[in-house]
Amino acid sequence: MLSLDTNLRNAMIATCVRALPEEGCGLLLGTSEGDDAFVVDVVASDNFAHSAKVYEVDPKVMLRTFRRADDEGLEVLGVFHSHTHSEAYPSPTDIRQAPDPAWHYVLVSFRELPTVVRSFHIQGETVREEDVLDRQI
Amino acid sequence: MSALLRIPTVLRPSMGGATTLQVEGDTIGDVLGQLSREYPAVKTQLLNDDGSLHRFLNVYINDDDVRYLGGLDAPVKSNDEITLLPAVAGGAA
Repeated sequence: MLSLDTNLRNAMIATCVRALPEEGCGLLLGTSEGDDAFVVDVVASDNFAHSAKVYEVDPKVMLRTFRRADDEGLEVLGVFHSHTHSEAYPSPTDIRQAPDPAWHYVLVSFRELPTVVRSFHIQGETVREEDVLDRQI
Repeated sequence: MSALLRIPTVLRPSMGGATTLQVEGDTIGDVLGQLSREYPAVKTQLLNDDGSLHRFLNVYINDDDVRYLGGLDAPVKSNDEITLLPAVAGGAA
């Protein structure tokens, strides 16, 4: 389960809207307990790939965010990115390039309105969807 | 030169579980070559078959991405901090 509040959900969507027509992306910071993750911040990144079909988190944002996680006793929980014209489900590229089986992979899809946000675990070729809990603040 | 290496979570199981290591080498190529020999399980995550830097690995010396410092030839100085992080990429394509 991925728990995040409405402001953080909206911040992810806003990052992806700003990146249009390219894919948007960023990192999720927070804490975890087993498979359950509690997002406390989302860190926007430029799409280093500058593409509507692929994304890459800016390496400078990666370094800064991992250092911040160490400093604040948090974890980098995973990554979010948008699919501008396809469903909110990991593509073969997303699955092949998923860097960490412990991560949470959030997909934001603009294929239809309202915007769809879904989260997944990717372990090897296996994709498993998880609930996204709208935490009340 | 002796430098401090910070290891990403995803590589730790293949590198004895440590979060940091002291490493030796005059260049990033030396350091990654040493790691590949000592921890053969991570070699394919560090280097391509032709010995070049793996596309999906980010390597930093202190605050700088080694891609802008000469890649594998980037010089390592005493007390530098080297950080390995996965490149996070994907997309609809």
